[in-house]
Amino acid sequence: MALSKAAKKSNTSKDELLGYYREMLQIRRFEEKAGQLYGMGLIGGFCHLYIGQEAVVVGLEATAKEGDQRITSYRDHGHMLACGMDPKGVMAELTGRSDGYSKGKGGSMHMFSAEKKFYGGHGIVGAQVPLGAGLAFANKYRGNDNVSFAYFGDGSANQGQVYETFNMASLWALPVIFVIENNQYAMGTAMKRSTSSPDIYTRGQAFGIPGEAVDGMDVLAVKAAGDKAVAHCRSGKGPYILEMKTYRYRGHSMSDPAKYRTREEVQKVREEKDPIDHVRDLLLQGKHATEEDLKAIDKEIKSIVNESAKFAQESPEPDLSELWTDIYA
Amino acid sequence: MATNILMPALSPTMEEGTLAKWLVKEGDTVSSGDILAEIETDKATMEFEAVDDGLITKILIAEGTEGVKVNTPIAVLLEEGEDTTVEAPVAQPAAKEVAAPAFIAAITTTEVRPAMEEVPAGTKMKTLTVREALREAMSEEMRLDDNVYLMGEEVAEYQGAYKISQGMLDEFGPRRVIDTPITEHGFTGIAVGAAFAGLRPIVEFMTFNFAMQAIDHIINSAAKTLYMSGGQMGCPIVFRGANGAAARVGAQHSQDYAAWYAQIPGLKVVQPYSAADAKGLLKSAIRDPNPVLVLENEILYGRSFEVPDLPDFTVPLGRARIWREGSDVTIVSFGIGMQYALEAADELAKEGISAEVIDLRTIRPIDYETILTSVRKTNRCVTVEEGFPVCSIGNHLSAKIMTEAFDYLDAPVINCAGKDVPMPYAANLEKLALITTKEVIEAVKSVTYR
Repeated sequence: MALSKAAKKSNTSKDELLGYYREMLQIRRFEEKAGQLYGMGLIGGFCHLYIGQEAVVVGLEATAKEGDQRITSYRDHGHMLACGMDPKGVMAELTGRSDGYSKGKGGSMHMFSAEKKFYGGHGIVGAQVPLGAGLAFANKYRGNDNVSFAYFGDGSANQGQVYETFNMASLWALPVIFVIENNQYAMGTAMKRSTSSPDIYTRGQAFGIPGEAVDGMDVLAVKAAGDKAVAHCRSGKGPYILEMKTYRYRGHSMSDPAKYRTREEVQKVREEKDPIDHVRDLLLQGKHATEEDLKAIDKEIKSIVNESAKFAQESPEPDLSELWTDIYA
Repeated sequence: MATNILMPALSPTMEEGTLAKWLVKEGDTVSSGDILAEIETDKATMEFEAVDDGLITKILIAEGTEGVKVNTPIAVLLEEGEDTTVEAPVAQPAAKEVAAPAFIAAITTTEVRPAMEEVPAGTKMKTLTVREALREAMSEEMRLDDNVYLMGEEVAEYQGAYKISQGMLDEFGPRRVIDTPITEHGFTGIAVGAAFAGLRPIVEFMTFNFAMQAIDHIINSAAKTLYMSGGQMGCPIVFRGANGAAARVGAQHSQDYAAWYAQIPGLKVVQPYSAADAKGLLKSAIRDPNPVLVLENEILYGRSFEVPDLPDFTVPLGRARIWREGSDVTIVSFGIGMQYALEAADELAKEGISAEVIDLRTIRPIDYETILTSVRKTNRCVTVEEGFPVCSIGNHLSAKIMTEAFDYLDAPVINCAGKDVPMPYAANLEKLALITTKEVIEAVKSVTYR
């Protein structure tokens, strides 16, 4: 299925496809490794893996330019890797070590990069939505043409503050792209059991915010929709909503009983809709790469991820004095 | 029968106002709902409507008169069909003691105080209300730094629900003085996000009661990000607005949040009493790279104080002020609690008890040293605050004093606080729920064994 759709988009360049492949694969391998380290007790607390949703951040990051900002929820590892943060620093934060992005004080859910304009990493469902609009507010206040990407899930989409934010973002024409990563489950609650209307992207209508549903398992579809949304925001027309229909393969967090959906359901998506297989097929079918070429990339990614895991285990725990730093600037 | 039209109370805390303009003249016939006059209070100018139909036979207070007390007869209305020759009724006194709140007496308090350490000797002073002082602080900082902007409900076109931002829209324009919808959770999140990006927002909450809608962003988003980011990303923001009980506004609008916010690492909290501190602390708060809460008080907005007439007067965060030196007991307070503390000190002085009165000014970080030094001198301490008594600022100070100065204490520390009840509406009950000067005097007598 993915193949027939992809064949129509064969005009995407080889380099672009290879880039998507590499970035999505890096997120997946990284997350697999994080899951492994969690199982070994090297990562503690909450750890929410992004496996299955890779096309969303990779496709959208391809539309961003220097100075654009991004902010998301606690399922944030993919976003950080996609915006260019160092896998070593991310993994070392997961293990709670001093070389982590937050010196080990933030953990899986709370990482930031002033340099890459990644504004977290937020643990309260929905909180990142007004925060993301605030980043856009700053852009508008300064009169630049940067945009902010505020990512949230189908669960957050029912939070009251999201609609308060839609109202103000539209009223003030803030350059923010609301990216709803609809992975069908708010923790263990299926969308149909929590959400009154199936099309979340239409919820901006009441506020005059255009929205569209996108196949979030297809990186090219994500990129195309992202380009449109970004152009809209950059030109001063105000916010835009993208509802990415996506799917998470793993549990909500590491301690997920997986009772709320069937193994078959997950398996079906993996087989028919996997975002990485999709690009892989495009590369092979378009004769942009050979199996050997892709194997070489796999190997290279594996080594980057292994190196980050090694780094994250060798980095020392934060100095005890760190308990008392960074409370006040 | 002819009836008197009385000067109306147009807000819960209004005691007097200016009869700005009459829109009717003697001999006019008016209907219920017609606008009779414009009344100006320290908060706003409001139109005042006729309640009954009739003929305006006499205007008792000329337009332009200032300081007209609430319930003063301002005109005489003769209802239809009545004899126009009837004399105007004699002005009746205001309906039996209109819930005179306890704070009024404090206005006459004589303040025996050492000079503020922030003010060089010989500095010229000017008289400002707390309201004007807050406005000056914001305007001065906005002139200095384009990153500073004000947002909140009714801050722009309405000129501020409590007139704090009056005139600021004219000076700074709608880019920097921004009216928000009544959605505290959302606009607070937007302001915090803007601060992450390096702007310096001032968020006005009409009152801090409404900030409870937004408390997640104040605590989880603003206070913790610096720590969670390992020092990479901070949140330079000010949250300010009226806090604590106003008068007769009931349980949901009468609460002091000092102890709530004081508990949170990453926040700074100030609660000024005087206009000078309101100005100096707010300016420091705006410049501070951390999230700072400025807990103001509606009753104090209209109070006048001497403020240093300096081009750039600031008060450092985290420093208490000794308002009055004394030797027998230390009274520690902050915000409106200072009124009771100072009034009690005056009364106690008449009885030969010398009280040292300390205004905390900053609730977090607390200037423990000033308090401990004073307690080591007086050996006794009473704390005064308007908030609830359980887990209060006073409770915390008592523990600190016990830990650090136990051997100096000649009596237990007593905490005077509001009563452990939701604020009642009835005037007599409300008075009972609030702290009183009498309670402070009694507490001091108890710790001095008098």
